Amino acid sequence: MRQSIVDGAADTASSLAQQAVASGVAPLDAINNGYVPGMQDVGEQFAKGQMFLPDMMASAEAMRAAMAVLDPELKKMGAERPPEGVIVLGTTKGDIHEIGKTLVGTLLAAHGFRVHDLGVDVPGEKFAAKARELHADIVGVSALLTTTMRNQRGVVEAMEKAGLRSQVKIVVGGAPVTRSWADEIGADGYAKDAMSAVDLARELMGRKLQKA
Amino acid sequence: MRPKFELLDKPMLERILEEAFELIEDPGVRVAPYVIDLLRGAGITVKDGVAHIPEPLARRLLDLAPHGFCLYDRSGKPAVRYGGDDVHFDPGSSCLNILDPQTQQARPAMAADLVRMVQVAEMLPQYAAQSTAMVCNDVPQDIGDWYRLLLVLWYSQKPVVTGAFSATSLHTLLELLAIESGGAEALRLHPRAVFDVCPSPPLNWSDFASQNLVDLARAGVPAEIVSMPLAGATAPVTLAGSVVQHAAECISGIVIHQLAQPGAPIVWGGAPAIFDMRTGKTPMGAIETVMLDLAGTQVGKHLGLPTHAYLVAGDGRRIDAQVEMESGISAVLGALAGINMISGAGMLDFLACHSIEKLVIDAEAIASAQRLLEGIQPRSESLAIAMFAQTGLRGDFLRLKETRTLFRKEQHFPSAVVDRGLAGTNGAPDVLERARQRADELVSSYERHALPADREHEMITFAQREGKKAGLKGLPGIRALEYAGDRA
Repeated sequence: MRQSIVDGAADTASSLAQQAVASGVAPLDAINNGYVPGMQDVGEQFAKGQMFLPDMMASAEAMRAAMAVLDPELKKMGAERPPEGVIVLGTTKGDIHEIGKTLVGTLLAAHGFRVHDLGVDVPGEKFAAKARELHADIVGVSALLTTTMRNQRGVVEAMEKAGLRSQVKIVVGGAPVTRSWADEIGADGYAKDAMSAVDLARELMGRKLQKA
Repeated sequence: MRPKFELLDKPMLERILEEAFELIEDPGVRVAPYVIDLLRGAGITVKDGVAHIPEPLARRLLDLAPHGFCLYDRSGKPAVRYGGDDVHFDPGSSCLNILDPQTQQARPAMAADLVRMVQVAEMLPQYAAQSTAMVCNDVPQDIGDWYRLLLVLWYSQKPVVTGAFSATSLHTLLELLAIESGGAEALRLHPRAVFDVCPSPPLNWSDFASQNLVDLARAGVPAEIVSMPLAGATAPVTLAGSVVQHAAECISGIVIHQLAQPGAPIVWGGAPAIFDMRTGKTPMGAIETVMLDLAGTQVGKHLGLPTHAYLVAGDGRRIDAQVEMESGISAVLGALAGINMISGAGMLDFLACHSIEKLVIDAEAIASAQRLLEGIQPRSESLAIAMFAQTGLRGDFLRLKETRTLFRKEQHFPSAVVDRGLAGTNGAPDVLERARQRADELVSSYERHALPADREHEMITFAQREGKKAGLKGLPGIRALEYAGDRA
């Protein structure tokens, strides 16, 4: 299982999950001891420069294929894999670029976060409404252009206006975005790439849980 | 002979175009509602927001696009010729940040920074055009596009590469340009600016971009398509595949543009890049990015169209050997490729940051590229024999009349930014400090040339009126004294 994730082999990951279910392996065991270590390996190899973004995307797809088999089994048992956190993602108003945001969403989902992708050209109010509806832990706002990056500030303001700012962390990213920009607009974090977005989300969830 | 560099042979060029024409028909090109009637009126099928453009029609419209046009300086003289193998450079556009000249740390750019950059670029002959290089963070966001154009028009006489931030604000920019030019008709006859218009990869002409294309065509103001395929992310991973997409985006843009106004001036341009598979960033200094630019523009040249590309930018976050290596290589290659307008000088950090010092250093690389383009010329009747006839084997060529007559043509003399061992440069400050000093000197010797008083008055009245609507206080970057007469 672990190797199927590292190899990005969705078909293998799926059939191994089916075999596990058929042979009575507890779905949570398969996830936590089989597939999750695979994603950890991927993260480590990516950090060392031994794996690349297309490899990671394939691994995330393999993870999704395995979960598509195991999640329904968990539900049948009345159980659920507790998500690492609930994340609302989108590209900011005026910006229709989605590659970065989709990459981040895929990796977050593969690492156990429940991700709701609002798509592109999303106004701040829509981020706030979805965050309220899903009791989101984190809102992630992407922007590719220097001109639309400024609308990330609007998301922070919309979250404040909706009275959600103290409960929901806001993370910004995208090609022109910098840490100082994140600080300037009052975001809680900035991720320079997709993998560091996963690390940042984990760190923010850790801080949130400590506070709670 | 003028040196030239080409990446694609004829069969490859034809294959790229063949696939590009196929793409614009199937799967087609996503277009905005604004242009659907225009396209349908020409017989193009538009279904579910996707236009399926047949090759014969696209070819006919490509033939209508002019093979060349000029941008004019403030005095109305042609200053930049788009077309053929003419090569011009301008600073990169739309940066939010600047490397602070003192601390060399990135910080938000302000109006005063843009003014300084315009003044430096105005004094450097390597830059044939200005650009609206920065978004001024001390100006309300909603008026950021026309305000930066105001500053460039105020402080520069050179043509301008610019762009609008929305469909509606384009008209404000055009109005401002018309005031500066002496009316909309004067602007149409002698356009001072070209407007970048960007399709969204892959193959999507958004509402904003579609409207800009149509409205620019109808105003007779040149448009510059900036197609930005990211190889491996929003475009095929292969360089050839991305060049096909670049061509398809440019062709479909030209179709929209020429349907709006046949014969309106348009540029086949772009800012393609590879997608770095380790970081997800788009390195502008990568050689593959440069290759995409060169191949993309070669396709445009093959069709006889004016061209543009984004080069002379580095990816490091400070001015160092990496950034200047990347910028210098692409300046030389872009020049050799005969690209009409090469944007990007001064930029670093994946186009996220501008630097006036880098603009000054890049100017030296550009000057070298420009010298290279002059090639090796037969400047005397015999190449060497006549000179040897005078000196024999003594080797005292320094005394020869030819030496004195021709050395200025043969040798380019860089500024003190380049250490050639001149007195005072030995053990002198490093290149960054030399660039800083040079920028200071250029700004000190810069003199603003005022526009005719009535036009200045109208521009200031316009800026005050439009600025007030957005809550702008004063006119950042324009000293009160400069338009004091206006208020008298």
